[in-house]
Amino acid sequence: MTTPRAAAALWATFVALVLQVSVFPHLAFHGVVPDVVLLVVVAVGLRHGSETAMVLGFGGGLLLDLVPPADHVAGRWALALLVAGYVAGRLSTPVPRRSVVLASVAACSFVALSVFELSGLVLRDPLVDVALLLETVAVALVMDVVLGALLVPVVLALDERLEPDRLPA
Amino acid sequence: MTLLQERHHEHDRLNRRGSLEPREPGRPRRSRAVALVLACLTLMTLDLVGGDDSPVDGARRLVGEAYAPVEAGVNTVLGPFFAVGDWFHTQDQLVEDVGRLEAENDQLRGDLATLDFDRNRLREYDGLTATAEQIGYALVPARVIGVGAAQTFSRTVTIDAGTDAGLRPDLTVVSAAGLVGRVIRVTSTTATVLLVIDADSTVGGRVGSSMKIGFLHGRGDLGDFGRTARLDLELVDQTTVPARGDTVVTWGSQDGAPYVSGVPVGTVRSVYSSVRDTTQRAVIDPYVDFGSLDLVGVVVPSGTDSDRAVVEPDGTMQ
Repeated sequence: MTTPRAAAALWATFVALVLQVSVFPHLAFHGVVPDVVLLVVVAVGLRHGSETAMVLGFGGGLLLDLVPPADHVAGRWALALLVAGYVAGRLSTPVPRRSVVLASVAACSFVALSVFELSGLVLRDPLVDVALLLETVAVALVMDVVLGALLVPVVLALDERLEPDRLPA
Repeated sequence: MTLLQERHHEHDRLNRRGSLEPREPGRPRRSRAVALVLACLTLMTLDLVGGDDSPVDGARRLVGEAYAPVEAGVNTVLGPFFAVGDWFHTQDQLVEDVGRLEAENDQLRGDLATLDFDRNRLREYDGLTATAEQIGYALVPARVIGVGAAQTFSRTVTIDAGTDAGLRPDLTVVSAAGLVGRVIRVTSTTATVLLVIDADSTVGGRVGSSMKIGFLHGRGDLGDFGRTARLDLELVDQTTVPARGDTVVTWGSQDGAPYVSGVPVGTVRSVYSSVRDTTQRAVIDPYVDFGSLDLVGVVVPSGTDSDRAVVEPDGTMQ
């Protein structure tokens, strides 16, 4: 990954963080907020492979763990987004088709939310009703896919525009 | 052997020789992947074992301080747009009010058309002043500027007052309706509040009619998906049964930290007794609507230095 691309990815992650923490809570449905940072990590994974996405996922997740009003055990989002970055990277293709993008968003969102909630269940942080958990995760998943369908192509296009990939000779 | 298998085989062998053949693009270096996962696990362990004075809290404070101006900026720029929702919400009441007053005085209709958001806010401040008088503590007024996402299952909010306003961790947070929660973390301009409905929250409660004490636990529900936000009350003395509709107030702790005494929490909705555990559990309907928190007050010692007006127990502003 080149420097302008890395800078753009960091910038996109920061914008996603602000959207997720400060903007979407005001428009939340049943309090559930789309995981915007996750979508950026998925987009980066689809283009640049697992390693970059894992590092970005770790960093973005860490910020989500620490930024107020987060109060869960730190490292849970970091682990969840790291795994999502790995999955997205493994699904990467040179020119991702729309269906691939959508499937990747759904898969990564499912994996990340599962890792996050399961780590919560294991650490008993906080102890909640499993039925409520499933409902919330389902809503979050749908939100991620809907927003991902709009946002991930934008991030991909931004990345492409910044530095077009050369066609293989 | 097909061509594909042959090529794959060759590729593999080249890699094993340690040549500069590029890695498969999607696959991460194992060492880095392991390092990142271990970093996450270490962080979780540190935070979990550290408990209340976890080493991660320093980092949280740092990120909070850095993020506070961003959050304030977003709220300033987008606040009017978010308020549009409230405006439509109050429109029903507004129409009703206008209809009633029309009969009395046509003149008032013009004035009424301009009241909405501002008047609601004024009413909230009035309510908070009344609360300060009622519970007898000084309050620092603050607004909720951030709400934790539901999928994290920790029910926390950010308020726009911090150490500059005289706040510190373990202060009681109330609204005009009743108990909201307690401050768990502060930055210079913001504070994180743990709501009483969080599954980790425990508050000492007292049943108003019998003066019996017990512990109130949150359930982690915000009141969505057809569920209502409820609290569970476990009484210390198992022989008394609280009656439906009894008021529950806080019981208070030493030096008023984290909860001061006598703040109304909610009313008893129903009582369950478990024969096996020989315990009784009362379900409490909180007075506060946690889905629409806006103006809250943080209980501070009277005469606290603050960057804003403090509502004193006698209802004056200082």
